[in-house]
Amino acid sequence: MKDVLPAIEQWRARGERVAIATVVKTLGSAPRGVGAKMAVSSSGAMVGSVSGGCIEGAVFDACQEAIKTGKAQLLHFGVADDEAWDVGLACGGIIDVFVEPLEW
Amino acid sequence: MATLYQTLKACLDAEQPVALATIVDGAGQIGTKALVRPNEALLGTLGEPALNEAVERDALAMLSRAESGIRTYTTSEGEVQVFIETFPPPPTMFIVGAVHIAIPLVTFAKTLGFRTVVIDARSAFATPERFAHADELIHAWPDEVLPGRLTSNSFVVLLTHDPKLDDPALKVALPSPARYIGALGSPKTHARRLERLRADGVPEEQLARLHAPIGLKIGSDSPEEIAVSIIAEVVAARHGLTGR
Repeated sequence: MKDVLPAIEQWRARGERVAIATVVKTLGSAPRGVGAKMAVSSSGAMVGSVSGGCIEGAVFDACQEAIKTGKAQLLHFGVADDEAWDVGLACGGIIDVFVEPLEW
Repeated sequence: MATLYQTLKACLDAEQPVALATIVDGAGQIGTKALVRPNEALLGTLGEPALNEAVERDALAMLSRAESGIRTYTTSEGEVQVFIETFPPPPTMFIVGAVHIAIPLVTFAKTLGFRTVVIDARSAFATPERFAHADELIHAWPDEVLPGRLTSNSFVVLLTHDPKLDDPALKVALPSPARYIGALGSPKTHARRLERLRADGVPEEQLARLHAPIGLKIGSDSPEEIAVSIIAEVVAARHGLTGR
């Protein structure tokens, strides 16, 4: 959290809205552990990471959507996933990422 | 009134322990949050009082173990998944000896989230110019500073290889709950150090806690490279490994 706070503070000071993505669960080998965070601003700036770059693109889009809709959602990434969000992880692990607008 | 975010940020800035609980799946309202702090009332609510109480109890226990994760609870609406993220205070690295190696070591330790405390009685070494990046710079003998300050969240690095400074520091650190204790010095220096400490009655099980010669074997040469080998060993210790 501490690594993404300075950027979030700057964005909010400029009046931008913010979404935060957090790794809430990992199974098997995952590039980043539980608690790893990425934040996105309404103008499209980004800080932090939730993987080794494998799923950041999809998570970025989900953050933008969360800012627009105001809705939080739990995303599931992994090899065994058939859903639209499946972008796959080279490491073969499974990661759950919670994406939420910073409205709390 | 401060929002959950503002209170969380204030706790993190003040390095106070705090945990954030969020409903992430199940029968509850997704995204609902509450903030848990030791000895403070719960901030926010997850809905039912019984859920709040159970989550608060689990969060405090997880905070003491520096553990985060999803827990499942049963409410009148059905099962809910709550992500409990804990933010324990940062670990502290006590560096005894404001020598050249200590300068890059403070940089690396700070990058990895440690508070850094540099201790040296010699004012020529421990100058604010050399250690502007340290959280605390203390001009004193280590055995004056360390007593009472070492917890299981402390990492002690001795860089003086001078018995006058190292030995008194070790006599405080070795019986303490400190998570890691390492001392610089060649195998020969270390053998003599062990002899002195044994002669002074330091028990073997305490001596076995000492990482010396300090650092992982990566062929370090420059002060910066030695600092890398030390910080690598500290990271290993933080994760319960030896790195060897």
